[in-house]
Amino acid sequence: MPAEHIVKSYDEELTRLGNVIVEMGGLAESQLSSAIDAVAKRDSTLAASVVEADAQVDELQRELDNLAIRLLALRQPVAQDLREIFAATKIAADLERICDYAANVAKRSIALAQTPPIQPVHALPRMGTLALALVKDVIDAYVERNADKALEVWRRDEELDEMYSSLFREFLTYMMEDPRNIGACTHLLFMAKNIERIGDHATNIAEDLYYLVHGTPLTEVRPKGDKSSLEVVAPDRTAR
Amino acid sequence: MEMENTPASKLSLARVGVAMSESPAESAKASVSTPTETFPVKVEIRNVGFYYGRSHALKNINMVLRDRRVTAFIGPSGCGKSTLLRIFNRVYELYPHQVATGEVLVDGQNILAPGVDLNHLRAKIGMVFQRPTPFPMSIYDNIAFGIRLYEKLPKSELNDRVESALQRAALWSEVKDKLYQSGLGLSGGQQQRLCIARAIAVRPEILLLDEPASALDPISTQRIEELIAELKPDYCIAIVTHNMQQAARCSDYTAFMYLGELVEFDETERMFTHPKEKQTNDYITGRFG
Repeated sequence: MPAEHIVKSYDEELTRLGNVIVEMGGLAESQLSSAIDAVAKRDSTLAASVVEADAQVDELQRELDNLAIRLLALRQPVAQDLREIFAATKIAADLERICDYAANVAKRSIALAQTPPIQPVHALPRMGTLALALVKDVIDAYVERNADKALEVWRRDEELDEMYSSLFREFLTYMMEDPRNIGACTHLLFMAKNIERIGDHATNIAEDLYYLVHGTPLTEVRPKGDKSSLEVVAPDRTAR
Repeated sequence: MEMENTPASKLSLARVGVAMSESPAESAKASVSTPTETFPVKVEIRNVGFYYGRSHALKNINMVLRDRRVTAFIGPSGCGKSTLLRIFNRVYELYPHQVATGEVLVDGQNILAPGVDLNHLRAKIGMVFQRPTPFPMSIYDNIAFGIRLYEKLPKSELNDRVESALQRAALWSEVKDKLYQSGLGLSGGQQQRLCIARAIAVRPEILLLDEPASALDPISTQRIEELIAELKPDYCIAIVTHNMQQAARCSDYTAFMYLGELVEFDETERMFTHPKEKQTNDYITGRFG
């Protein structure tokens, strides 16, 4: 934060706004991390606690929205303050969504734990760890108001996309090899997609942070590594 | 594509049409304020400095005022914004030991040069002050007074000019039945609009407004701001204001001044979303101690 406002309560309100974002970011990290653990360890109790904790994030987002509306109505913010508030509301929405995805992964892990373990399940935590790193780094960048660091996250998401693409192919192969894998693989596929989307929300946050710092939107085209939507399944060639 | 023929898509296309045709005024406004469209320079300020005796109140100011645009001057008290405004019509010359340096070109002509006809200049550049300054005479004469200084008009034409000035200043409907009562009997907001009517009655090209709403209640303030928007298509307007929200609301360009210097001058939208200078950011966000 730069110099202080003449009106001290204004600073306090803006600080609270930033703190809520950091709190939400922390929750997003721990929710995602627990969800991944729940998958890897087939721990349904942990998974259930992730699903339950999602309400906390929703509550924080409501608090943040109220704070932002109040600030807009009572302070008529401009320039940097305006960008702080605008970015905070957008970032909060992304963090809330990230937590939704984490809860979704946790929910599916409960179903998955009831099917026999299959090989590609090990690839999912790898993806999760990368997504977790993106979320953590972008929150760190927010705390430091560091747009360069945010840009790094923004670029690194491509890696997550590529992981998703290759997992997608891997799951397809498993499903084609043995139809008994279809149930588990479908859950895994959705989980992988959820984690891939978490990466996209981290890049949104990076873009919001870039705007917050520079006052201009990031207009570059983001590198994208998810080619799964172009994937064609040819059962005749593979299913022998 | 098949989709184009479905009733639903037709409906939404029709809606787009309605949305686009419903507000012609809005879209006209939007097209006027696109930053790419440039309005001609009406006033060019070159290396302007100002001295109150030994005190150096303005230092090397360079900027332009565009025609049919509103330029706002903001900055803390004593930053020189009113001083700059007073240079534009050489009103400072009424006081001793006040000297302006540099050039102020209005339509290319340097108005600070010797030999400029001050009466003509002040007719071309109207000014309205912080506190309403109606003359102690009737509402009608407040307007007619200035016109009579410059032109000899038959009574009927003078009546028309008085009426149209009051109309433009959005005051006509409130005073048309009491034109011969004293201007001093009007409310503060009405008096200020009377002063604006008086300024525009002599058909100036430039309007200088020195904190025109600072002594007014919020409703009267909004009337003045609306009036500024209505006058904009015909004038080059400069407004000094302490109210930053007012600058944000009614100007196209904003100049931030501090300690006699022009710190930043840019499109208002940019100044209030992402100013380039830290000093500007600190001032408009209320961080200036």
